[in-house]
Amino acid sequence: MAVEAIRQNKLRSILTLLGISIGVFSVIGVMTAIRTLEVSIDSQLDIFGTNTFMVRKYPAIMVSGGHGGRNKYRERQNIDFFQFEELKRRATLPLRVSVIDGTDERNIRYKDKQLKRTAELQGSDEWGLRSRSTFILSGRNFMEDDVRFFRNVTILGQDVVDILFPFEDPIGKKIQIKGLDYTVVGITERKGQAFGQSQDNYVLIPISVYLQRFSNRWTSLGITVEAVSAAMYDETVDEVIGLMRTIRKVPPEDENDFEITSNEELADTLAGFTGGIKIFAGAVSVIALLVAGIGIMNIMLVSVSERIKEIGIRKAIGANRNDILTQFLMEAIFLSQFGGVVGVILGILGGNLVAVLLNVSSVIPFDWAFYGMAICSLVGISFGIYPAWRAANLDPIESLRYD
Amino acid sequence: MGPSGSGKSTLMNMIGCLDTPTNGTYEFEGELVHEMDDNQLASIRNRKIGFVFQTFNLLPKATALRNVEVPLIYANISRMERLELAKESLTAVGLGDRMHHKPSELSGGQRQRVAIARALVNSPSILLADEPTGNLDSKSGVEIMKIFDELHEKGNTIILVTHEEYIADHADRTIHLFDGKVKEDVRNGKKAEPEAVF
Repeated sequence: MAVEAIRQNKLRSILTLLGISIGVFSVIGVMTAIRTLEVSIDSQLDIFGTNTFMVRKYPAIMVSGGHGGRNKYRERQNIDFFQFEELKRRATLPLRVSVIDGTDERNIRYKDKQLKRTAELQGSDEWGLRSRSTFILSGRNFMEDDVRFFRNVTILGQDVVDILFPFEDPIGKKIQIKGLDYTVVGITERKGQAFGQSQDNYVLIPISVYLQRFSNRWTSLGITVEAVSAAMYDETVDEVIGLMRTIRKVPPEDENDFEITSNEELADTLAGFTGGIKIFAGAVSVIALLVAGIGIMNIMLVSVSERIKEIGIRKAIGANRNDILTQFLMEAIFLSQFGGVVGVILGILGGNLVAVLLNVSSVIPFDWAFYGMAICSLVGISFGIYPAWRAANLDPIESLRYD
Repeated sequence: MGPSGSGKSTLMNMIGCLDTPTNGTYEFEGELVHEMDDNQLASIRNRKIGFVFQTFNLLPKATALRNVEVPLIYANISRMERLELAKESLTAVGLGDRMHHKPSELSGGQRQRVAIARALVNSPSILLADEPTGNLDSKSGVEIMKIFDELHEKGNTIILVTHEEYIADHADRTIHLFDGKVKEDVRNGKKAEPEAVF
């Protein structure tokens, strides 16, 4: 019965459920987008790996504004190789202490082939691959001696291999970086894309060579520290902070002049950010749904007054208050549910556009789709109850006489 | 029978349990109608009374079958049984081949027959007909009255409001109303005491 009535007033019904659709669309769209972001960020955070944190000059995510802003960090002393070696030598708790730094470099060639787009040139120690969460595909990893003896060796990412060595095995070949020869000792597995960026476009060389050739007065290293276990994590952080303060001669009363960046910290920062968006989307949706609800109430009141005669007939042949109430309430709920379904579908599609743009896997937030539909029913009920109540309480004799 | 304003419709509404009397009592098959609330009235209308109106009062956008089915929906009868009963009822009034037509696709006489099928589908105790031929041409009117005669012969109680003498002639008992009062009560051609209505 409810469906019939809606079909008979197509345009009016469509306009009404459009309101609901927009409301639900904004919730589902934003939630889907955030969910795709969260999923991809979660997989991104594996870069750090579990029980791993970084010591850096700048925070991982800089929120602009605040007092001092970027200047506060710029005036800090750089983290140099000496500090790294000191930390590595003195720290007792970590499983590993490794170092990494990178720069963009276009000047990489093999025979007549040259990189057209810049590749990331990274200096690292034997732990560089672990920091990148990747593995050797063929050849070998760096060894401690490569760093110690400034050996001109390199490990290539798959993108670089594609360009420089489309038809030959790169192992043992010599490539030129800024005019100097480096022997390829290993290539790594292909990792694919994340956030629309290739994860394979890099060239690794020993950190010692890197610092000698590519560092400048702004070069500040990132030190990656991995704790033995989750249980030892906090203690390890404390030890590293203490040692870094000593090594960098930070007066006891001063704040740390370096940043500890961990998975949790990134997740927290992002959660704060997505939380804000969620609240905003929530507010937009509440307003949209309120307007849509008023639309539903309006259309239902019109529907009731158009169908007074019908109500009279139904009452004469035995419909009681509840029958009429249910009929009109169901109509209101159906209207909002139709709108809701449209909104959920559009929302999921819209939200996953973000996934497509960022080149991450798409998600369907079933829980939010369910909440969306539940909210629609609620809107339908709360704004449909008064018109339905009016219909149910019409006097049968007068309604029958009505024309 | 009676002229307009004589109280025919009010009496019909009372008998049909659409309205309750401001004072006095109404007992229907042992149930005190004047004490009932709206839902009880709806239930008794649904189970015990069948309405046939002058203006047919069908649901315009529903098919004949659907129209006949509606009282059964309110009586909470299962879908299969509903369809069967509704088809039976429509066939009984000679509309077995018009079940899926909408009222707008039917003639006046056919519409009124759908209304009769609807009124009968719940096997009511009384059939209330308020000027059932008032909106029909005389030929259709005769057809409708023939159906009423047949129903009456099968033992149905029919209460019919009219101001046409030739329609009233079909009845066993004729009550004349005037200014809200019973003026005359004729049973099978014999006058009875005006006070004893029911």
